[in-house]
Order: sequence, then C-alpha cells, then structure tokens
Amino acid sequence: MPDQLLFAMEVTLNGLMAGVMYALVALGFVLIFKASGVFNYAQGVMALFAALTLVGLQDGQVPFSHLINAIFGTELHHFGWHLPAIVAIIGTIAVMVLFAWVVEKLVLKHLINQEPIILFMATIGLAYFLEGFGDMMWGSDIKKLDVGLPQGINGWIDETTLNALGYGFFIDNLDLVATVIAALLVAGLVLFSQYTKQGRALRAVADDHQAALSVGISLRFIWVLVWSIAGFVALVAGIMWGTKSGVQFSLSLIALKALPVLMLGGFTSIPGAIVGGLIIGVGEKLFEFLVGPMVGGATENWFAYVLALVFLVFRPQGLFGEKIIERV
Amino acid sequence: MLYREAGDFKTRYSDDGQTFPIKFDRMGYYAVIAIAFGIVPFVINDYWVNAVFLPFLIYAIAAIGLNILTGYCGQLSLGTGGFMAVGAYACYKLMTSFPDINIFFHVILAGGITAAVGLVFGLPSLRIKGFYLAVATLAAQFFLVWLFNRVPWFYNYSASGQISAPERTVFGIPVTGANTSAWASYMFCLVFVFLLAWLARNLTRGTVGRKWMAIRDMDIAAEIIGVNPLTAKLSAFAVSSFFIGIAGALFFSVYLGAVEVGEAFGINKSFLVLFMVIIGGLGSIFGSFAGAAFLVLLPVLLKNVLVGTLDWPTDLAAHVEITIVGALIIIFLILEPHGLAQLWRVAKEKLRLWPFPH
Repeated sequence: MPDQLLFAMEVTLNGLMAGVMYALVALGFVLIFKASGVFNYAQGVMALFAALTLVGLQDGQVPFSHLINAIFGTELHHFGWHLPAIVAIIGTIAVMVLFAWVVEKLVLKHLINQEPIILFMATIGLAYFLEGFGDMMWGSDIKKLDVGLPQGINGWIDETTLNALGYGFFIDNLDLVATVIAALLVAGLVLFSQYTKQGRALRAVADDHQAALSVGISLRFIWVLVWSIAGFVALVAGIMWGTKSGVQFSLSLIALKALPVLMLGGFTSIPGAIVGGLIIGVGEKLFEFLVGPMVGGATENWFAYVLALVFLVFRPQGLFGEKIIERV
Repeated sequence: MLYREAGDFKTRYSDDGQTFPIKFDRMGYYAVIAIAFGIVPFVINDYWVNAVFLPFLIYAIAAIGLNILTGYCGQLSLGTGGFMAVGAYACYKLMTSFPDINIFFHVILAGGITAAVGLVFGLPSLRIKGFYLAVATLAAQFFLVWLFNRVPWFYNYSASGQISAPERTVFGIPVTGANTSAWASYMFCLVFVFLLAWLARNLTRGTVGRKWMAIRDMDIAAEIIGVNPLTAKLSAFAVSSFFIGIAGALFFSVYLGAVEVGEAFGINKSFLVLFMVIIGGLGSIFGSFAGAAFLVLLPVLLKNVLVGTLDWPTDLAAHVEITIVGALIIIFLILEPHGLAQLWRVAKEKLRLWPFPH
C-alpha cells in the first residue's frame, strides 16, 4: 500500500480515538440537557474541577491552602499523605455529588421556569465560579495526574501492523483505554436509564416535567441525581484528559470542543454524542492532515465549529436530535 | 419630589417623542454629557484613563453592539471577540495602507468591514436558532482568530505576529502611538461612544428596533405581521458587528497599541462582553453602560483591595476575582434577570413617589 494511504489510515484511527474523548465530555452535556433542559456550559470546568480534586486528594493537598496562608500567614501545603487512586476517586465522586446538591440548592431551584437562555447564562456564571473556586482550592499550577492508566505507544498494534503492512501504526494505549471506558460508560448509562426505578424517573422527567411531577416524581431529587451523574462523567473525562495532557486550565476548554459534537449529534441523543464525537474527531484530524499544511496548520482550532455550522444549515436539529416543530 | 412627570406638560408631538421625555432624565443626561466632555478631560491622569475610562468606554461600545444583537434581536452570539479582532485588524490594515487619511475614518471603515463580516456569519441565523446559533457564532470566533494568526498578510508579515498601532493624529494631536496624552485618547473614544450610543438609542426606538424586538419576542408571529426575518436578523447582525468592530478598532489602536490576536480577542473577550450585557440588562442601552462600568470597575477595585491593601499574591486575587464575577452573574440572574437597568428602573419608580408615598 502507498505510504500516504497508510498515514491517512493511522490519522483516521487516531481521529476515532480523539473523537471518543470528545464524546466523553459531550455525554455529560446530553445527560443534563435531557433531564433538565439546561444546557450546562460548566461541564468542561466540572471535568477540570473533578481532576483537580482527584489530584489534590491523592497528593494530600490542603484545600484553600493559598487562601489560608494569605489570610493567616501560615505555611500550610500538604497533609503529608498519599492516597491510593481508588480512595481518591471515591472521595472525588463524593465531592461531585455534594457539588450537584449545592448547585440544585443554590442555583437551579431559584431558576425554575426561567427561559433556557437565562439558565444557559447561569451555567456560564457557574463555570467561571467553579474555575476560580477550583484554582483557589487547589492552586492553578499544572498538575500531573496518574491513576495507573497505561500510556504510550501500544506495542502489539505497532508490531502487528508493521508485519502485515510494513508500517507500524502509532496508537496510544490511553486512547484505547478511553474507548473501552466510554463504551462501558454508555452501556452502564443505558442500562441504568432502562432498568432501574431512578433511571425510569429520569426518563420521565426528560419527557415531560409537569407530567413527571404529577405522578409523584421529585424533580429536585432527579436534578441532583442527574447533576451527580454528569459530575461522574466529568470525572471520567477529567481523568482521561488529565492523564493525557496534565491537569490545567485548558482542560476546561474541551467543553467548547464538545459543543460542535453536540450540534452534530443533536442535544438530546446519547448515541448522537458518540457518533458526533467520532465524526468530529476523524474529520478534524483528516482535515489537518490533508488540507492543514496548505493553509498554515492548526486548523483543529476551528474545523469542528465550521463543520458543525455547515452541517446545521442543512439539518438544524442535528443527526439524531428530535425534530424541531415550530409550525403545524 | 424631584423626579416626576407631573407638571411636565408637552405641547407638541415632537416633545412627547423625544428620547428623554421626563425633564429630570433629560437634565441628568445633559449633565453627564457636560461632565464627560467638559470636566473629565481636564482632571484625569494616565492611570485613570488606562485602568478605568478607556476600557469602560470601549467595552460600552462593544456591549451596546452585542446588546443590539442579543438583547434587542434575541440572537445569542459568542463571536464578539472574533468580530472585535476583525475591527482591530481592519483598522490596522487601513492605518498602514492609507496613512494620509484621518484615523477617524479608518475606525469607521473598520466598523463597516466588520459589519460585512458579521453579515456573512449572520446568514446561518436564518436557519439556526437559540443555542445552536450560539455555537455557530463560536465558529466565527475561532475561525477569525485563527485566520489573523496564520495569514501573514493581516499583520503585514511582522516577525512577532503582533500588530502595533503607528502614531496618528486628529487635528494635529496624536491619539494613537506612544506620545498620546491621556485626555486625547479619552476624548477620541468619548466622541465615538457619544455618537454610537446616540445612534443605537435612536435605532432601537425606531422602526428597525421594533422589528428586531418583534423577532426577539416571537419570530414566527413577527413574520406573520409582516416583519421580514431576513432583513431584520441580518440588519441586527450588521449593526451589531459595526459597533463591535469599532470597539475592536479602538481597543487595538487607542487602548492597547499593540495586540496579539489570541490573547486580546480570545473567547474570554466574548464572554466578558456577554456578561456585561447580562449584568447590565438585556435590551437596554443604559444597561450596556452600567454592565461595562461594573465589570471594568470590579476587577480594579478587587485588585486594589486584595493586592494593595491585604497584600495577597496576584494569582490568588485573580482567582478570587473570577469566582466573584461568576457568583455575581448567578446572583444577578436569580435576583434580577433584567440586570442593573431594571434596578435603575425600579429606583426611578420609587423616586417618583418619594418622599410622600401616598
């Protein structure tokens, strides 16, 4: 096979893997949007916050140490312990559930019946708040996240393809793990929403708020639940992205990357989030590979948005979204 | 007692239709204009101009622009930073290509060019609505910033990739470049703010503005009573981009002087202007000023208190600042979704009866 084609295949594969990562973030958006009609801009910052908390717990950092030191003139930094990854992860989940509860209590409860745009802007405010809060709590330096996930080139794939095609494909182990975890996550979510009582309640709320209320489903509990799940998804995404590129502010920008994914897939569809993620991942990698060198590179910054824009003009509800009916 | 419409009789329709029909409002407006033009330029120094007045004036223009699009026409846009970049680069190219023409016209032309670009990116709004449109405008944001970063023609092939404003004068007084005096740059921006605010105020209370508001309130109903959504939406995009382009041009040429596009006109700028509009009040010109003033003054104030008085490290102060801004936005949306402008309206209602509430 010609080299160019092999390169393109490798790029496509890597694009698929990157797409899985985007889909992980997009998943959190879809969950919250379906259950509460809120477009949660803070999802990316939640991923950042979860990753920060995880690292902080693991390393035994003292929360708000900068703030405390600045106010009281102390020299606190670390508790001096080192937690195993699993304990830290459980601790982080607890923090995210607490966060979900606080958000419901302090923000969402007061914004019932507001227009979607107001809710959207409230989540932008939440994103800023959480970003500053996370930095205050754990410090803003770039942190290394290591929960024992494999990283680096996958030797087996490299060798096999080298023998079969004469060219070794570079596939990162972490991306493979991410793919498996994303598949598990989606399967878990589908099972949860199909077969458990809470999952059914969740779908009922997604379908019709008032009808759900009238059969005795507690809307506020469902909101806490769904924000907790979104927090959990954010944690998974945070672990993946954090392991890949370190825990830093730019992590929260992946939320922006998830937006075109959502637009392609439709805001209300979990499979849509996955497919949209894959299309965006492959599309931007291939575009960068084929067209990028001609126009100066770094097209990944905008390709996803423009693709989504063009796509939307022809199909405003996305691939799998519910059709928007405005006039009968 | 002071603020009332009773006894303020009108004998002509034109009196009744003026921008500030209540005498007290009108006097207040004239007083503000008089102070802004007549007193402030003589008393300000470099610090006040650079830390407070210039950002306030320039962001006020941008906020009015975004308010026209989002507050009056209901089209949420996250591309403000990108459009400001268009204004800045258009101004730069014009300044360097036609050095003989007065910079005043360059800035206006830069606004016109931005309007044209905004028109192009406004086209999808005819098919896409709500959130989807917001994300579509993100395409404008990222594409434009990338374009100015990657195509050397835009920054005249300078080695650093930055653009910097050469010295230009108005009536022989430098308004851009290193030799600009504080009052000159202030006056230059103030003239633009004055003209544009006047324009916006009159546009929004005329036919065009009513069409925008009809589209905002319910686009299908508006279409049925004869508002053409094509012209209404596109005109909103064009006018809004015109304002934002001028803000971008001033931001680059007068305020910063030298600009790196990703840093000065990134996505954060889009959000900042959006926050100004939300906190100030959607659909209010006064609100745009109030929001801009609030978000320009708050960081200055916090920085002075936290770093200056309490002696905290600057990065911690920055974190506290974002946290407070975020919390304030949520608080505003919960307590007063219509922003500072609504608080002002409520205050005026109260003033009407004060101090005799019965």
